[in-house]
Amino acid sequence: MNKFTISGSPHVHGDESTKKVMYGVVIAMIPAVLVGVYYFGLDAVRVLLLAVAASLFFEWLIQKYLIKGPLTINDGSALVTGILVALNVPSNLPGWMVIIGALVAIGMAKMSFGGLGKNVFNPALVARVFLLVSFPVQMTSWPKPTPITDGLVDVITGPTPLGIVKEGLGNGQTMSQLSTELPSYTQDMVGNIGGSLGEVSALALILGGVYMLWRKIITWHIPVSVLATVAIFSGIFWGFDPEHYADPMFHMLTGGLMLGAIYMATDMVTSPMTKSGQLVFGFGVGLLTILIRMWGAYPEGVSFAILIMNAVVPLINKGFKPRRFGVKPGVEVKA
Amino acid sequence: MDNIIVIAVLALGGLGLIAAVVLFFIASKFRVFEDPKIDEVEEALPSANCGGCGYPGCRAFAEATVKSAKENKSIEGLNCPVGGNDVMQTVGNILGLAVDATDPMIAVVRCNGSFAHTPAKVKYEGATSCAFAHALYGGEGGCQYGCLGLGDCVAACNFDAIHMNPETGLPEVNDKCTACNACVIACPRDIIELRKRGPKDKRIFVSCVNMEKGAAAKKNCEVACIGCSLCQKACAFDAITITNFLAYIDFNKCTLCRKCVEVCPTNAIHEINFKPRKPKPESAPEKTVVRKSETVEKEAVPAKEQIEKGDTKAPDATTEVKEDIKVTKE
Amino acid sequence: MGILKTFALGGVHPEENKLSSHAAIEVLPVPKQVIVPLGQNLGAPSKAIVKKGDKVKVGQLIAEAGGFISANIHSPVSGTVLKIDPAIDSTGYRRPCVFITVEGDEWDENIDKTDTLIPEIALTPEEIVNRIKSAGIVGLGGATFPTSVKLMPPPGKTAEFLIINGVECEPYLTSDHRVMLEKGQEIMVGIQILMKALKVEKAFIGIENNKKDAITYLSELSQSYQGIEVVPLKVQYPQGGEKQLIKAVVNREVPSGKLPIEVGCVVQNVGTALAVYEAVQKNKPLIERVVTVTGKGVKKPSNFLVRIGTPVEQLIEAAEGLPENTGKVISGGPMMGKSLTSLDAPVVKGTSGILIMEKEESGRKTESPCIRCSKCTYVCPMGLEPFLLAKAAKLGKFEMAENEMIMDCIECGSCQYTCPANIPLLDYLRLGKLKVGQAIRNRNKK
Repeated sequence: MNKFTISGSPHVHGDESTKKVMYGVVIAMIPAVLVGVYYFGLDAVRVLLLAVAASLFFEWLIQKYLIKGPLTINDGSALVTGILVALNVPSNLPGWMVIIGALVAIGMAKMSFGGLGKNVFNPALVARVFLLVSFPVQMTSWPKPTPITDGLVDVITGPTPLGIVKEGLGNGQTMSQLSTELPSYTQDMVGNIGGSLGEVSALALILGGVYMLWRKIITWHIPVSVLATVAIFSGIFWGFDPEHYADPMFHMLTGGLMLGAIYMATDMVTSPMTKSGQLVFGFGVGLLTILIRMWGAYPEGVSFAILIMNAVVPLINKGFKPRRFGVKPGVEVKA
Repeated sequence: MDNIIVIAVLALGGLGLIAAVVLFFIASKFRVFEDPKIDEVEEALPSANCGGCGYPGCRAFAEATVKSAKENKSIEGLNCPVGGNDVMQTVGNILGLAVDATDPMIAVVRCNGSFAHTPAKVKYEGATSCAFAHALYGGEGGCQYGCLGLGDCVAACNFDAIHMNPETGLPEVNDKCTACNACVIACPRDIIELRKRGPKDKRIFVSCVNMEKGAAAKKNCEVACIGCSLCQKACAFDAITITNFLAYIDFNKCTLCRKCVEVCPTNAIHEINFKPRKPKPESAPEKTVVRKSETVEKEAVPAKEQIEKGDTKAPDATTEVKEDIKVTKE
Repeated sequence: MGILKTFALGGVHPEENKLSSHAAIEVLPVPKQVIVPLGQNLGAPSKAIVKKGDKVKVGQLIAEAGGFISANIHSPVSGTVLKIDPAIDSTGYRRPCVFITVEGDEWDENIDKTDTLIPEIALTPEEIVNRIKSAGIVGLGGATFPTSVKLMPPPGKTAEFLIINGVECEPYLTSDHRVMLEKGQEIMVGIQILMKALKVEKAFIGIENNKKDAITYLSELSQSYQGIEVVPLKVQYPQGGEKQLIKAVVNREVPSGKLPIEVGCVVQNVGTALAVYEAVQKNKPLIERVVTVTGKGVKKPSNFLVRIGTPVEQLIEAAEGLPENTGKVISGGPMMGKSLTSLDAPVVKGTSGILIMEKEESGRKTESPCIRCSKCTYVCPMGLEPFLLAKAAKLGKFEMAENEMIMDCIECGSCQYTCPANIPLLDYLRLGKLKVGQAIRNRNKK
């Protein structure tokens, strides 16, 4: 007779797994990756492959020889980080910088905290910010999108729409003067603008976001609160002075906001655990983004905003608890 | 230029002076008087903060001793198990009191239901917690009194003194044990007991806590105490009592004569750190149980110098050899 | 039917697998020997009043309630008491049981064995409660809380609604479903009796929408009874939990740490309603119950009417045997049931089903690090944070666990069911509850 197993209930398990969650995120990034490849051609493919390969390699290396823990390379988390690193850098970034980015993401941001689930900051964003402050020139020479259908042409670099606005307004120009240089909203949507590999097409990113919502990998709270906060605050300033502030639509569609709001801020490990906390987190990210974009030194502030809010997550987790059953808000329970 | 330096020095110096004066007054006004002896006693304690004395940490124990010395002129009932007699003597000297010597104690695991002795009948999957498993079911081997082998005692130990033996599935206490009682509390089945260390670490104890009838106990574990009371009859010192089909040896009465060990039909009584017996062919191997190969081995190789150092362990030759190696290394 | 009612927070929807929902209740033959555990109910175990060699009849009292929260036990068979000795039961421990060797099937003469329905309720509320108490009826949903205690609200509290639990939210189990379909009339009278005992005007029967036939049938029957309403509910686990059911049916929240009576509700299982009917109208104590025997590998998933004390093995034989690759045998459903260590364990008052799981289905998957996805928080029906509580319990921070309201956990297992990292969350939560419970008791003693 075979031995019965004894364990506590429940005796069944839903078919959710870490692997499925991670590969779900990978699937959700496919549209953005395809758009990136379409506009930035082979360069994008090169960056993607390098970032993914390097991430997986460093994950394996560190787990095997430094941490000496069980290998979790198959769970897909390093793959997600690798793709996100690629999506966050310009497609013409030198290969060795991509590799450094992957090392920073995996080694510094993830493994030094103890590996999957223990990191405080989003690994891919740490990599992006690390590269941005270390190699500001390479990280801000954005290639102009040239559809792959045009054949192989020399890459021309140009500024991002946010860069144009930042510099233009800094030089005393007004929005109406700048509007000729800026891409149209349709271009913003499909991704025919300057920017990092994966952030250009708002449409592709939203598509992936919808997929993740449907698969219940993310909830709507963070993306919606980030975008709503950005829209409201930029709307207020734009309403007062449309000549010196860009309109909300522009803020939402350009730069890394969509990428950040949908893929990076929603990162499970580094976002709050409760829905109310997630709304607060999203609000913080949105507000900081707008502050940095309007008055900061950098044209783009999403990465910094998310990283700053990442650091606040433990506090948010303490302060924002789920609604307890049988406890009226504000009423002390006496057991 | 000089002017700037002078101003800076004066300004900072002045600030420092004011702060010092303020601090001085605050310090003297809000000063809390503390008996300096508390510090002295604390200094003498081992600083393990294990809670073995029943107080939350060494400082609290020091406070309690000083208070007791002041109010009752004695520190009876207060004992630092970790420090033992030496430390308590020092504490006594500090407080100017005589301290009775207490016998050094050690934790003893009273279960011998190793994998070999109690074959698993079911398989447990779940949290590595004895307390949880205890609430869930009787145990893999079927003995509902025996060790669950999930190591709550190991987790509770602050002194690296108790470890699971992967070959028997039972915890083993080593010489680092300070008798702090943490594992005794952690064990949900009250298997671990603090017993006298004994002269030269010699100990005899019943390695079983099963309170079922003999047949029921034996069904699950071949080395269980079956409550046959042979040991009780063999004991000339009334040290053995039997309640609920379970023998218990009172370590205060036990003279370590080893008579009970000889008569036990299931080898439930263990002797530790004794010199090997002179081979007495008619008494030693004639036990009613068919014994496992390793136990036979143990008897066959009595010269295995398991003397001097050692601890409560299953009488498996393998484990003893291992222990010896460890001890010699140290 | 519009939007179906359900509870507000959390919940999961495991695969239903109601394999035996069309299997009519079969009467299992009386076994040769029964083993009746003395601890069958929540609270204190009962005290045996028979001794070795005594002759007993079916329905004869063999053990008395051992305290206020305790219940009488009656002999489920007629025969001779063989011994009173520890035997393994569904808790995995050997505990005192009464062994009875069966001889014939002679019933106590006061019991009405006929099937005729007696709708008139002759007794007064007090008499009803006493009858239920002496019949040893406990909640048959699985918690086995003595029913009579629930029918006596503490001073100052009055019941407003009676809620009958026909939810059966556990996957696989179908005993309540079959009882509703086959004993609808009796349940209705049982509910009337309970209403009279509690002096309430309104009773709701909550049934999940995956049992449409039961909803239709009971709705039809309820037309002819005053104040009984069937409430169809959306399929959502753990709707059968008292607090969740009250929230779903009357939209009231039982305050944390309090009992349902606090919001004027009393919840009883449909099986209990049937037992109440039989006890009050037919004078029949609780000596048998309907047990589902099911599982994916089981050849004949069935519902049996079984005498208490029948070994589980016989039920499995009646369902055409234990499948080859059985990994786990569970008393109860897959979400909250207890895994059995031995098939010798007897059926007790709280056994709602025997679930046989295959090796692949029952094995736990390897635990991986928590990715802080907060799915456990989303599905917790009590609004707790299982990941946090489990961690606190694991690290021994029981005070923190208590402050985070670990004692509110209803152990439904939704968190562990949903965890992508396969962390045994509920194991640790149970550990935490255990330790915090001890700490609270110690504190109250002081």
